[in-house]
Amino acid sequence: MRNIWTIAKKEYDHYFITPIAYIVAFVILLIQGLLFVAIIQSATQSMLLYGSSAPPEITVLNWWFAFLLMFGTPALTMRLLADENKTGTIELLLTAPIRDFELIMGKWLGSFLFILTLIVASLIYPIVLNRLVTPGIDWNLVLSSYLGVILVTASFLALGVGISALFSNQIAAFFVSLIVCLGLFFLVGIPARLLPAGGGLFDYLVMSTHFDDAFNIGRIQLSDIVYYVSLIILGLFTGTVAVESRRWN
Amino acid sequence: MIQVNSLIKDYGARRALHSITFDANQGEIVGFLGPNGAGKTTTMRILAGYMPPTDGTAMVAGYDVVEESLEVRKRVGYLPETVPLYTDMTALEYLKFMAELRHIPNSEDRAYESLEQVNLTDRANGFIANFSKGMRQRVGLAQALIHRPEVLILDEPTIGLDPAQVVEIRNVIREIGKDRTVLLSTHILSEAQQICDRVLIINKGSIVAEDTPENLQSRLVGSQRVVLRVRGDSDGLDATVKKVKGTRGTELKDPETVEFEFSSGQDVRPQVAKAVIQAGYELIEMRPVGMSLEEIFLELTQENSSGKKS
Repeated sequence: MRNIWTIAKKEYDHYFITPIAYIVAFVILLIQGLLFVAIIQSATQSMLLYGSSAPPEITVLNWWFAFLLMFGTPALTMRLLADENKTGTIELLLTAPIRDFELIMGKWLGSFLFILTLIVASLIYPIVLNRLVTPGIDWNLVLSSYLGVILVTASFLALGVGISALFSNQIAAFFVSLIVCLGLFFLVGIPARLLPAGGGLFDYLVMSTHFDDAFNIGRIQLSDIVYYVSLIILGLFTGTVAVESRRWN
Repeated sequence: MIQVNSLIKDYGARRALHSITFDANQGEIVGFLGPNGAGKTTTMRILAGYMPPTDGTAMVAGYDVVEESLEVRKRVGYLPETVPLYTDMTALEYLKFMAELRHIPNSEDRAYESLEQVNLTDRANGFIANFSKGMRQRVGLAQALIHRPEVLILDEPTIGLDPAQVVEIRNVIREIGKDRTVLLSTHILSEAQQICDRVLIINKGSIVAEDTPENLQSRLVGSQRVVLRVRGDSDGLDATVKKVKGTRGTELKDPETVEFEFSSGQDVRPQVAKAVIQAGYELIEMRPVGMSLEEIFLELTQENSSGKKS
């Protein structure tokens, strides 16, 4: 555990000296801010024009948050192991007294803590919204939605770390991670709709259904949690196997 | 401290190590010499726990490098040939990180101590990206020393250093080698001659010679060559030397110098000196001409190549 924390801490600190992390954070928080303003304006207009009493939904904002993180997480994970492979520093880590899975877990945890910082920063929106509406927003829904965002992000990051371990080129790691994340979020839904039989499996694999129709409507189910945990394990396992195979080859 | 037994390593169809066997004891500095691609780095990587061998066994500090890799890695300090460093960190941050990975308490103090050993404390807070090659090499060495390892494995430790730094680093290695085991590879053969207690010459994945630099010389040459110099008139000097029983290969190099050989077991230098003085020459110098390690190295590796071809 101590080794995982040492590596995670190094990676977390490293994000604060790399431009790419600032760009990802800036773009995501900027778009979220603009969307937040748009949501408030839209709700105000509906109230004034049509007399609607429906408060603005923070879940809409969180769907976009998860969507933006789908692009942001590959940018954060692409360097994690691909760069170590390229510069040779992997030799240093693989001759240090740490287990291969501790290395992968540490890398993942470092990136996860960075994203968690962003998520915590974005809590400003529900807090502000809560002050604007009466009698306040549904905090259970907000917490469920945020838990969903955290699980979606943790899965993207784990897959990104696993893919980064397979490459020595950051750009290749970025694009493959992006394709995998896009595929899971949307694309596997296409065969689910087209196939007359066997579409159920693809349907299960679509990540957005485990978010939109679950956490983002306030429904926390074990099956959805198992889905995300499975993806995290798959990503971390891929990374560990990739590092081990590097030793043997 | 290091026991390697019939170690084999294959990279796909290519065999990089052909069943090599050697050992290194505590307080011994062992030099690993060989041309590029001979298998030095592969052997060192296996001993450092970076990768497993295809076959054979290797024990470091009493632990098997495959079965007890973590224990081996705790006890080995390793400086890879490429000196991998995080260039966006300062030297101190980098060493602190490496110390924390090894669970060293007071990691900052130990990082400073390590920097002191390689004479780099004045640049502790400098970014590695701005360091010269020699400074990077020293940071790499500090990393290998940070946990005071029982065994130090150094792949080309003085490459890229200026002459003054080379002397410093050699002194550090000598000091460490007094009570710990050091295995170092080098292309600089004189370096091996100066600091190693024992030399292993490896070529094409096989150890072709293993001994002290001095023994390698005498074993290979089988005889000793001597230069004899006189002052002034030296007419007939070579004939005088030739007359002494046991001398051979006498050759007049210049008007004042003669070279001759004698068998290693039959030292005829006193008789030659006596004969030369009695003949009236002014003897001013008589010194052995050793075969340099470079010559031994070339001879052994060429022998090995031609042996394989035939």
